[in-house]
Amino acid sequence: MAITLTQQAAKHVQNYIAKRGKGVGLRLAVRTTGCSGLAYVLEFADEAQESDAAFESHGVKVFVDPKSLAYIDGTELDYAREGLNEGFKFNNPNVKDACGCGESFNV
Amino acid sequence: MALLQIAEPGMSAAPHQHRLAVGIDLGTTNSLVATVRSGMSVVLSDENGRPLLPSIVRYSPNGEIETGYAAQAHQCADPQNTVISVKRFMGRGLKDIPHAHEMPYKFIEAPGMVQFKTAAGIKSPVEVSSDILKTLRTRAEKALGGELVGAVITVPAYFDDAQRQATKDAARLAGLNVLRLLNEPTAAAVAYGLDNASEGIYAVYDLGGGTFDISILRLQKGVFEVLATNGDSSLGGDDFDRRVFCWVLEQATLTPLNANDTRLLMAKAREVKEELTYHPEVRFTSMLSTGEMVDLKITSVILAEITHSLVQKTLAPTRKALRDAGLSAENIKGVVMVGGATRMPHIQQAVAAFFKQEPLTNLDPDKVVALGAAIQANVLAGNKSDDEMLLLDVIPLSLGIETMGGLVEKVIPRNATIPTARGQDFTTYKDGQTAMSFHVVQGERELISDCRSLARFELRGIPPMVAGAARIRLTFQVDADGLLSVSAREQTSGVEAAITVKPSYGLSDDQITDMLAASRDYASADMLARALKEQQVEANAILAAVAAAIEADGALLTPEESAAIAASQSTLLKTLAGIDHRALKAAVEGLNHVTESFAARRMDNSIKKALTGQKLADIAS
Repeated sequence: MAITLTQQAAKHVQNYIAKRGKGVGLRLAVRTTGCSGLAYVLEFADEAQESDAAFESHGVKVFVDPKSLAYIDGTELDYAREGLNEGFKFNNPNVKDACGCGESFNV
Repeated sequence: MALLQIAEPGMSAAPHQHRLAVGIDLGTTNSLVATVRSGMSVVLSDENGRPLLPSIVRYSPNGEIETGYAAQAHQCADPQNTVISVKRFMGRGLKDIPHAHEMPYKFIEAPGMVQFKTAAGIKSPVEVSSDILKTLRTRAEKALGGELVGAVITVPAYFDDAQRQATKDAARLAGLNVLRLLNEPTAAAVAYGLDNASEGIYAVYDLGGGTFDISILRLQKGVFEVLATNGDSSLGGDDFDRRVFCWVLEQATLTPLNANDTRLLMAKAREVKEELTYHPEVRFTSMLSTGEMVDLKITSVILAEITHSLVQKTLAPTRKALRDAGLSAENIKGVVMVGGATRMPHIQQAVAAFFKQEPLTNLDPDKVVALGAAIQANVLAGNKSDDEMLLLDVIPLSLGIETMGGLVEKVIPRNATIPTARGQDFTTYKDGQTAMSFHVVQGERELISDCRSLARFELRGIPPMVAGAARIRLTFQVDADGLLSVSAREQTSGVEAAITVKPSYGLSDDQITDMLAASRDYASADMLARALKEQQVEANAILAAVAAAIEADGALLTPEESAAIAASQSTLLKTLAGIDHRALKAAVEGLNHVTESFAARRMDNSIKKALTGQKLADIAS
């Protein structure tokens, strides 16, 4: 299994990192919070941690700590537009149910 | 599912806790809203992909409010109810507005700020601005998928306190939490500073729709310091339109136009002016309501000629700002161009000649201010961690106090960095003076009549002393938004008085709340409250006077009179507890009436006392 990015998502990430001027890639994680138990974390990564699992997809490096990986392995990160809103979307095969807006979830 | 943005390391928000913040450029001609998405500042467009929102609001008789392009569509057909360039009226009285008689609105002069009579009722510029802000807020909330925690709103560096406060009030009316008001050039510098990250001294030349600002900024180690600002709060792209419009009137020898034709030709003038940026020659064709046809050829050379004096008008404040900063054109490392009007080639040429270098135009001059404001909003909302930029801003106009003879004593000089606090000592000018009145003003001129009045307040309870003995410390404090509070303290006795400077049109927090509730009864309720207050003061004064008189000369009264006075007193006391100002007035008059003969007798008596045993000669002398 792995973490992948869609072409569209990778393009945006590269663009954002270039604008930001620093960072080695993207960090994905989950943490226990939110109305349905778990929530996604999506951050710029300034450095890799030793225990990180590292992936590369369309030229973007993705770092995930081993604890989080269990919850999101197999996830595809997409970039989507919904009306005026736009942003990143986790297509996570492990999710059993999510809260109404999908910001927090359960596996 | 929800769409996520990339956060800074360790700054991820909990679900449903995103700190959504926007930057708003509330412009004279166009307004924009921007936000930081995944670390990048972007302007939020509307459903049709248009980034600009024309700063135009139309009020229909059925109460419907249209903003932006929808309102613009009616600009020609319904000029009276379609308010454009409302920013020019913010915090301004009718007398402050040039060309007011040429405007199609029905103005109503209100204390401090002019108002418009529209089909949907009387609207103040604050309300019109808030309708623009509401549209932007709705757009932002749709685009960000949640409620905003706050907004940074930009204002021209030249805005005085009344105009800043009016802008803040408009935001509050629109339900926006104002994180900060930011000077437009500073916002532009933020946008450029981050993107180019080069240190040095920059000039920001901002020619917007209705205002011109020149600012000299120093960018150093991520810190933006405004060295000087200057400008003209009523010079902008609109004036270039007007020049074209006047040129057309002259060339086509037109008779006075009606409001619709004026609007039509003004709109056409703007269009032609914009086209001349990209084409050397444009035709001006328009059909008037009279059936008369206007068909003229205008070239960019003609445009440069007829607007030459306007361009020169921008260079005078530019020189002044440089002088204030103690610099010359050679010290300027770069010139940032802001505002749609700076697209005009002849302006870019004039600026290039002045600074002896090509101005920077790599960011969209229409968007740069909003982009910078969004970056600042993102920082203030707490979405960035350490290494934050510290933003230093300055006071655009000196703040001072009126002294004897109608002169201004400056307490905080212009270009002082904010937030700041300054104190100054004053004293009494008469023996036994127990009160002092303060008049706070803003401006550079020496005479009070040439400055803008901000507030008045009084310090009472100064212990009587000889003139010049009292020491009154006056403290001016300006917060990060450039808003002022003033306090006065008599040092020996410790008596204090303070005021937060609200603009002279005086929208208090309570009034804002009332406006939100659209209470139309406010005016009359306010009047009643005032009338009641006046009568209460009167009643207390007469009760005290009568009590003192009875204490001194009660022996002069017959028992019947005593009883009548006592009855009147108790009636008045009872009425005083109520809220009917008319009844209170009647009771005051009642007591006045029953004590009339008593007062007359006391007078006679005291004269008699004074005269008894005196020699005629002594009295005469």
